[in-house]
Amino acid sequence: MSLVFAGVCSHGPGITGRSAMADPDDVATLYAAMDGMREALQASRPDALLVIAAEHFANFFMNNMPAYCIGMGEEYEGPIEDPEWLGVPRTLVPGAPDLSRRIIERTLQEVDVAYAQEWKFDHGIMVPLHFLTPRYDLPIIPVNINCQGPPLTPLHRAWTFGQALRKACEAVPERIALVGTGGISHWPATPDSGRINAAWDREFLERWAANDREGLLAYTDEQTYFDAGQGGFEIRTYIAVAGATEGCTAKVHYYRPIPIFAVGCTVGIVNLEAQA
Amino acid sequence: MSLYYLQKVLYELNRDPGLQDKFRVDKAAVLAGYKLDEEEIEAVKKPDIGLLYILGVNGQILMHYAAMCGYTWPRYIQAMRDALAEHGNVRAGLYVTTDGKGAI
Ligand SMILES: [Fe+2]
Repeated sequence: MSLVFAGVCSHGPGITGRSAMADPDDVATLYAAMDGMREALQASRPDALLVIAAEHFANFFMNNMPAYCIGMGEEYEGPIEDPEWLGVPRTLVPGAPDLSRRIIERTLQEVDVAYAQEWKFDHGIMVPLHFLTPRYDLPIIPVNINCQGPPLTPLHRAWTFGQALRKACEAVPERIALVGTGGISHWPATPDSGRINAAWDREFLERWAANDREGLLAYTDEQTYFDAGQGGFEIRTYIAVAGATEGCTAKVHYYRPIPIFAVGCTVGIVNLEAQA
Repeated sequence: MSLYYLQKVLYELNRDPGLQDKFRVDKAAVLAGYKLDEEEIEAVKKPDIGLLYILGVNGQILMHYAAMCGYTWPRYIQAMRDALAEHGNVRAGLYVTTDGKGAI
């Protein structure tokens, strides 16, 4: 039928795995924002959820790295990480292979996307699902943009990919929800973990919320690496969501730098009715 | 000298519980399937998380491997900081540190 929901959120493994080490107010407010996102998602009555993720070597490696990939599995297992470390039990997540196939076919009209019938979820998808579909009862279609192993896809292609996904959503009878997960600025998995460039994040989120195509595509990887760390490359997922919702503004419901979670924690929801 | 294969074995270990079981029984046998030098083999076997970081293993791969090896978060971060002090900066890859102090 169409796209019925679109938003973005963070996925840092600390959000679930290190909650006991965090300031209780940070945990309470972030979790409340994620609960709010779940309620908005549920209210949109989706038949399936597309998660645009930036995986961390759960499925794809430099032997055969797709710039873009969409899952077409019956089911997906996750997390690959030690469940205790992540604070999320290992489980099976239902897929929607027939719907996936139709979305992939339509997306291929615009972008040469890869597909995968096997796919394991890492924290990049499991942390969002832990909050958004805690009973794992909504079919998931994982979508990956390579943000880890350069060379990476250019930002303008991430936008185009989002547009292609949108057309694919419009072409199927099902009600589709879309969530992008990633960064924003962070230096995860380094001794600098906890460093966050909040000013850079706020500027990026302003551009994202305004659906400012030019502003979003003006970033260069060189500058992003310097200002926002290697984790900043994950802005591709937010840009894809912006491309999928071209012309619509969004609201950032939550942003707070939480160093023990290694990221400026973010929840944003697109107003699919609002024109940018 | 074979960062690609060093990362590859860790990537495959991280995502495959069956390979993890084999690795726990016979590390050398699993590692024999990859083109690794002595320093890399020892760093994986020990495991020397700090040295793997210095060798340039992608931080996401290393973070998952450290978790697989039972490292708590503070111990994992400390291992990287200690290695920076001991060996100097990361030799290759995207995960070169900035000042190594971080915020936590
Ligand atoms: Fe990430």
